[in-house]
Amino acid sequence: MSMFDGPKPLNTAKSDQASTDMESSGLTQGSSAAAPRPNRKFGAWSDRWREMPRQKQWLVLIPIVIVAFLLPVVNPPFITTEPGNDWPLACQLMAIYALVAVGLNIVIGYAGLLDLGYIAFFAVGSYTAAMLTSPDSAFIKIPYLWTLPVAIAVSMFVGVLLGLPTLRLRGDYLAIVTLGFGEIVRILATIIPAMKGQPGFQNVGHPPGVGADGIPIFANSNGTPWYWLTLVILIIILFLVGNMERSRVGRAWIAIREDEDAAETMGVPTFKYKVWAFALGAGVGGLAGALMGGQVGFVNNQKFDVVTSILFVAAVVLGGSGNKVGAILGGALVAYIPLRFTAIAEYKFLIFGLALVFIMIYRSQGLLPAKQRLLAYGTKAYAAVRKENSARVRKNGDPGAPGGTAGSGLPPAAPEPNAEGATS
Amino acid sequence: MSGEAAGPQSQAGTVVLGGLGAEAGDAIAPERDFAVGVGEDLVEVKNLTMKFGGLVAMDNVSFTIKRGEILGLIGPNGAGKTTCFNAMTGVYKPTSGEVLLEGKLLNGMKQHKITRSGLARTFQNIRLFAEMTALENVVVGLDARHKTSVVGALVRSARHIREEKSAIARGMALLNFVGIGHQAATLSRHLPYGSQRRLEIARALATDPKLLCLDEPAAGFNPAEKEELMALIRTIRDDGYTVLLIEHDMKLVMGVTDRIVVLEFGKKIADGRPHDIREDPRVISAYLGEPDDEFA
Ligand SMILES: Nc1ncnc2c1ncn2[C@@H]1O[C@H](COP(=O)(O)OP(=O)(O)OP(=O)(O)O)[C@@H](O)[C@H]1O
Ligand SMILES: [Mg+2]
Repeated sequence: MSMFDGPKPLNTAKSDQASTDMESSGLTQGSSAAAPRPNRKFGAWSDRWREMPRQKQWLVLIPIVIVAFLLPVVNPPFITTEPGNDWPLACQLMAIYALVAVGLNIVIGYAGLLDLGYIAFFAVGSYTAAMLTSPDSAFIKIPYLWTLPVAIAVSMFVGVLLGLPTLRLRGDYLAIVTLGFGEIVRILATIIPAMKGQPGFQNVGHPPGVGADGIPIFANSNGTPWYWLTLVILIIILFLVGNMERSRVGRAWIAIREDEDAAETMGVPTFKYKVWAFALGAGVGGLAGALMGGQVGFVNNQKFDVVTSILFVAAVVLGGSGNKVGAILGGALVAYIPLRFTAIAEYKFLIFGLALVFIMIYRSQGLLPAKQRLLAYGTKAYAAVRKENSARVRKNGDPGAPGGTAGSGLPPAAPEPNAEGATS
Repeated sequence: MSGEAAGPQSQAGTVVLGGLGAEAGDAIAPERDFAVGVGEDLVEVKNLTMKFGGLVAMDNVSFTIKRGEILGLIGPNGAGKTTCFNAMTGVYKPTSGEVLLEGKLLNGMKQHKITRSGLARTFQNIRLFAEMTALENVVVGLDARHKTSVVGALVRSARHIREEKSAIARGMALLNFVGIGHQAATLSRHLPYGSQRRLEIARALATDPKLLCLDEPAAGFNPAEKEELMALIRTIRDDGYTVLLIEHDMKLVMGVTDRIVVLEFGKKIADGRPHDIREDPRVISAYLGEPDDEFA
């Protein structure tokens, strides 16, 4: 399908792995001269979603949210992790991992920064919650719920601190440097006396409230309220991340991911937005860490290892890097599978490793391929363009060139060679 | 704006402009603040030298670009044309020399700041954001003029909403202007080659530049398509933009430019009106040395 001898349409060597792989997996490339958007299996589905009116979207979303909230209570057969593992606690872990994946997706999926040390921010959040609530800590004590915004702020600060010197690096170099982040936090927790190393912090705080039986509502073993709290937070974060995506911030991130130099040339302050991606991702990670610390009730230096950090990355990649719904799915799956299939739990790293290899080979875009909506008010404009195009197809049966001088006053030069096959 | 930019060469452009109404023109080229008048020096390149190790890609090159003109930058392969763009737009740090925009020194400024101060460019090897739609690509360019902060976007501030709405309107106008409005919803990597080239121009225009630098925008086009693109470039100039155009095809360049700067082996060998350049013996010998260039 070589159309011209000149330079290649897009410098595929430059564009990332995913885009090349997507092309090779049977998607139309450049062939549809002007077809609205190439119809592909998943594209069609998400296009339809996109063109749905808001009210209709709510009609679909509300039942999903209700089911999500009922999940720990209904304990569905086959799906449940019992008797091996407590089901509401499993739901809580899934929600935590989903939250982590949504945060890491900002860094990896949007901005394209491979952060292998995301666990560092999770750890910072956990420690913030622990050190401000546990009786083992010498710090001032504040109510647990207040530690959540503090955890966000502290981990964002750490994110900026780690980002400023390292984000000048690109690609593999950045990945290798970030690999050290998790270790730094773990080692600091070991050598700084106030962070109490292996003994750690017992009795980390929890939200207030005591049930009829005198047991706190947010007891460590009571997964359901924790899950509901995490789910509410997850939904709020999703809204905010959606706002980011459909703004100049999201566009800047995707532009950086696609071609950092070109982004800079188009006026995007790339470094600033990379630091923002790092900081916002870190904030979500810290929030998830604080929730985890509160629910487990115990934080020490043994929990934050590099392998878990890689597991977080696996969640994002598995779900579909760049897709926040995919991140939720990936995070939940990564948490769920070892809990559900306890027999294989010991091999979870082997299994996720293999799963990742297979995903990379057969479906490099993840379970739900990335499809960002980067324009807050793009839907109408796209719909208008599609309508106009199909009207033109009906009129003169030529989907390629816009009839004569449509809109531009200029003859449509470029598309014609491609449309020739159809017209002549 | 179109009025004040109308130079002696604008007749050809207005004919092509045809259906483009006044309001469409406004959407493409909104009011801009210029420190210099039409016909005055907009950009000065002074003694620009660019070395890569031992290789001197640009050797003491000086020229000026006047506001409202189309300046051609030509020369055989490897003459240093793209390097000149890169040194001007901050991709490379020049070994020595200065680039001034409206008298303001650009050297040492961050690339995105240079873009915001009014220098936009396209790439010789197309570099669009592959996973974005055509419209999204253009809106990235428009964002260069937007002021919404990260927090503003997070909470959907009034300014954010205003800018997002106007971005759609202006983005569509720009796509229509370059003739690919019907492909607004297509991912840029799925666009046909010619549309990708046009999208690059629309994206650069979106940053609202004072000087638009086009690096072989018609590369890979057939002669008819090249003609159409040159007509588009003339229209762009007539809308009040100043254009610096790299193009291999001598005949084409002669027809569209107001002045031409010729580079060979990193040195400027000629600078003048097209018909003077055509007669210039040094230019003739430079091009006869590489006869293939006529067909590039
Ligand atoms: N980053 C770089 N490092 C080393 N050498 C470079 C670099 N960029 C350009 N050059 C060299 O500088 C010289 C001028 O290259 P440039 O790309 O500017 O030429 P050009 O006039 O644009 O040619 P073409 O018509 O082929 O695009 C060439 O010899 C090239 O190899
Ligand atoms: Mg070049």
